[in-house]
Amino acid sequence: MLQVSNISKSFSGIKVLDEISIDFKKGEVHALMGENGAGKSTLMKILVGLLKPDDGEILLGNENIVGVSVQDILAKGIAMIHQEILMVPELTVAQNIFLGKEAHSFSWLNESEIKAKSKKILADLKVDFTPDTLLKNLSIANRQMVEIAKAISNTAKVIIMDEPTSALTDSEVDTLFDIIKKLKNEGITIIYISHKMDEIFKISDTITVLRDGKLITTNSALDLNKNTLIKLMVGREISEVYPMSETLNGKTLLAVKNLSKNHVFSDINFEVKAGEVLGLAGLVGARRSEIVRVIAGLDRSDSGEIEIDGMVARLRSPEDAIKLGVGFVSEDRKALGFIPQMSIKENISLSTLKTFSKLGFVDNNAESNNVQIFFEDLNVKATGLSQNVINLSGGNQQKVVIAKVLMSNPKIIILDEPTRGIDVGAKFEIYKLINKLKANGLAVILISSELPEILGLSDRILVLSKGKQKTILSKAEASQEKIMQYAVH
Amino acid sequence: MQFIKSIRQYGIFLAFLLICCFLTYANSQFLTLSNWTIIITQVSINALLAFGVTFVIITGGIDLSLGSVVAVAGVVAALLASQSDLPLLIPVLGGLLSGLFFGLINGFIITKSKIAPFIVTLGIMTMGRGLALILSKGRPISNLSDSFNFIGGGDILGIPLPIIILLIVFVISYLLLKKTVFGRYIYAIGGNEQAAWASGINVSKIKIAVYALCGTLAGLAGILLTSRITTGQPNAGAGFELDAIAAAIIGGTSTSGGKGTITGTLIGALLIGVINNGLDLLNVSSYYQQVIMGAFIIGAVLLDSWNQRSSKA
Repeated sequence: MLQVSNISKSFSGIKVLDEISIDFKKGEVHALMGENGAGKSTLMKILVGLLKPDDGEILLGNENIVGVSVQDILAKGIAMIHQEILMVPELTVAQNIFLGKEAHSFSWLNESEIKAKSKKILADLKVDFTPDTLLKNLSIANRQMVEIAKAISNTAKVIIMDEPTSALTDSEVDTLFDIIKKLKNEGITIIYISHKMDEIFKISDTITVLRDGKLITTNSALDLNKNTLIKLMVGREISEVYPMSETLNGKTLLAVKNLSKNHVFSDINFEVKAGEVLGLAGLVGARRSEIVRVIAGLDRSDSGEIEIDGMVARLRSPEDAIKLGVGFVSEDRKALGFIPQMSIKENISLSTLKTFSKLGFVDNNAESNNVQIFFEDLNVKATGLSQNVINLSGGNQQKVVIAKVLMSNPKIIILDEPTRGIDVGAKFEIYKLINKLKANGLAVILISSELPEILGLSDRILVLSKGKQKTILSKAEASQEKIMQYAVH
Repeated sequence: MQFIKSIRQYGIFLAFLLICCFLTYANSQFLTLSNWTIIITQVSINALLAFGVTFVIITGGIDLSLGSVVAVAGVVAALLASQSDLPLLIPVLGGLLSGLFFGLINGFIITKSKIAPFIVTLGIMTMGRGLALILSKGRPISNLSDSFNFIGGGDILGIPLPIIILLIVFVISYLLLKKTVFGRYIYAIGGNEQAAWASGINVSKIKIAVYALCGTLAGLAGILLTSRITTGQPNAGAGFELDAIAAAIIGGTSTSGGKGTITGTLIGALLIGVINNGLDLLNVSSYYQQVIMGAFIIGAVLLDSWNQRSSKA
């Protein structure tokens, strides 16, 4: 169906793809695995025509599509569902699905036609919103469903899915997998990119592993298991996936009392001690992020109290929270994490710049020296402090954001989906970091949609459902099944 | 490769040099001390406004009220300078404070109401013009004190005072933007306002300060203009904001925020001055000058987007 042969690509002299040849067969789910920086995204961008390879050819059917424009490749049947959602919030679902290919009659949009078509596609997807819903009113998970609907509407022969489940709940993931099976039976090839091992083995027929721009192997999924796959991806074995350090039973650093926000969450009560990791578990819509945003000063609560280190805290802005020792790493790295135009150094020092200044002037040496410590400590892979953050991989961008937060010397650190969309190697480094922070006596709040992560790293787990606190489980009593029992109520 | 990259980076500076070379060749009058004194003096008012609006544009905003603020500050300064018994400091302070006042109003409305800066400053532009006419009763104010007229017309050791003021403001603006925490915050806000806020920056405070600074510089420009034409003109300064924005954009300031330099803006302002002067020397009609200037604005942005695309790849 789609044959990639001897594709090479270099950016400013650095080879990011080195003679890659892959044969994607008709009607198969073909997983593409590799750490960030392995070359997956570059290869996908080449497939959809966003980038031109330096060498090699791509055959769709019998036609070489190298050099064909993005629109034409889409018309020929290769569609991509992006990791970062690229749609227009102010338009309706139907308008988004048909964006760029509206049914024309003398260039007047035929609204009823696109609505009817969208309705049918959405019904196939079993989603519970209408084509008239404005995109901005949908959750991230539902927006992803719209992306999938958009790809299906293109009558694609090949659909590329880049981390399609990163924002989906378990039941939505199941729906997606049903859809994938259906598409597969219709002879559509799915190229599936994900960092979630369980998913890969659940749905893929074939697995290709890339590492540092080279093809490592293409194999039937039946011939691989989780450990061999990780080994192939990182080139080394990861012995313990979740390192767990001992719990210090320190003093209470954060106490949340009867915290409520109208129509969002109510009566939230918990404490986090120094040297403890509190996991927040729940499905999409459980309001985990909404609660920690209040603690980080981004939103206000309507009632209840937050005590930091024994004192009632008035948090009117992120500035207040940072001053009181609350560090916050948001789930939305792009929107809230970093300044794209700025260097690594300028991003890391952003929250603490005043401490490196005299009479308002930045002391460059003091700034560089301090940033350097965190840069090395977090093992950011970059050409240097002056590199722009926008050119880093997701994992390294995340490290830069964490470095910025750590530099303000927090007592409490909130990590909201800290490993979303980052590769196995960087994930493991973040796990180790969480343990280190814990050992250093910080109070850690961890939000993750990956239950194994929450179970592996938390000392206690608070389970939420639709803005209500259901229970707090100790490490000993917690299990995936138990968490789900509370989370679905 | 490195060479091509630097050509792109300093494109506007090179264009500036090329035009200067051409004009030197085409007209013997161009490269003379007296001609350059004229150019820089003429450029000074636009450059002051352009420095101010550069700060604003880097935060992702815009200030359309500058021309009107120039008029109000000029009228206020003229009213005070026409009272012969007041010391020079009073009209100068009056002009600067009028500018500061309008800047603060812009900043407050923009940060508290979340109305787009374009709309707010458009409203203030209209109000400011009205206020200038009210204060002056619609008539020019003349008979200003000699000490006041010295600001725009006098010189120290042969150097015209507007040039000295321009240099001082340039150095201060340059340092503020490049070397201070305030400057870094300005870039951060323009780059990603939400992330800057989440990183603990008081975004409202910085934005208000930026509009206040821009307004104060417009006040200074108003004083300079009034003093140079020795009259307070309620209709002065119309369209000045667009020239200032043009200088900033030609100098590489990105209207989407997060990018721009004071040096670039200075070159942008000088480029506009040199082209106008050169075309005058070559006896090109001022109608054509406008056409050429417009082409330069678009050309500069094209160059910039070309830069961004090539640096991404």
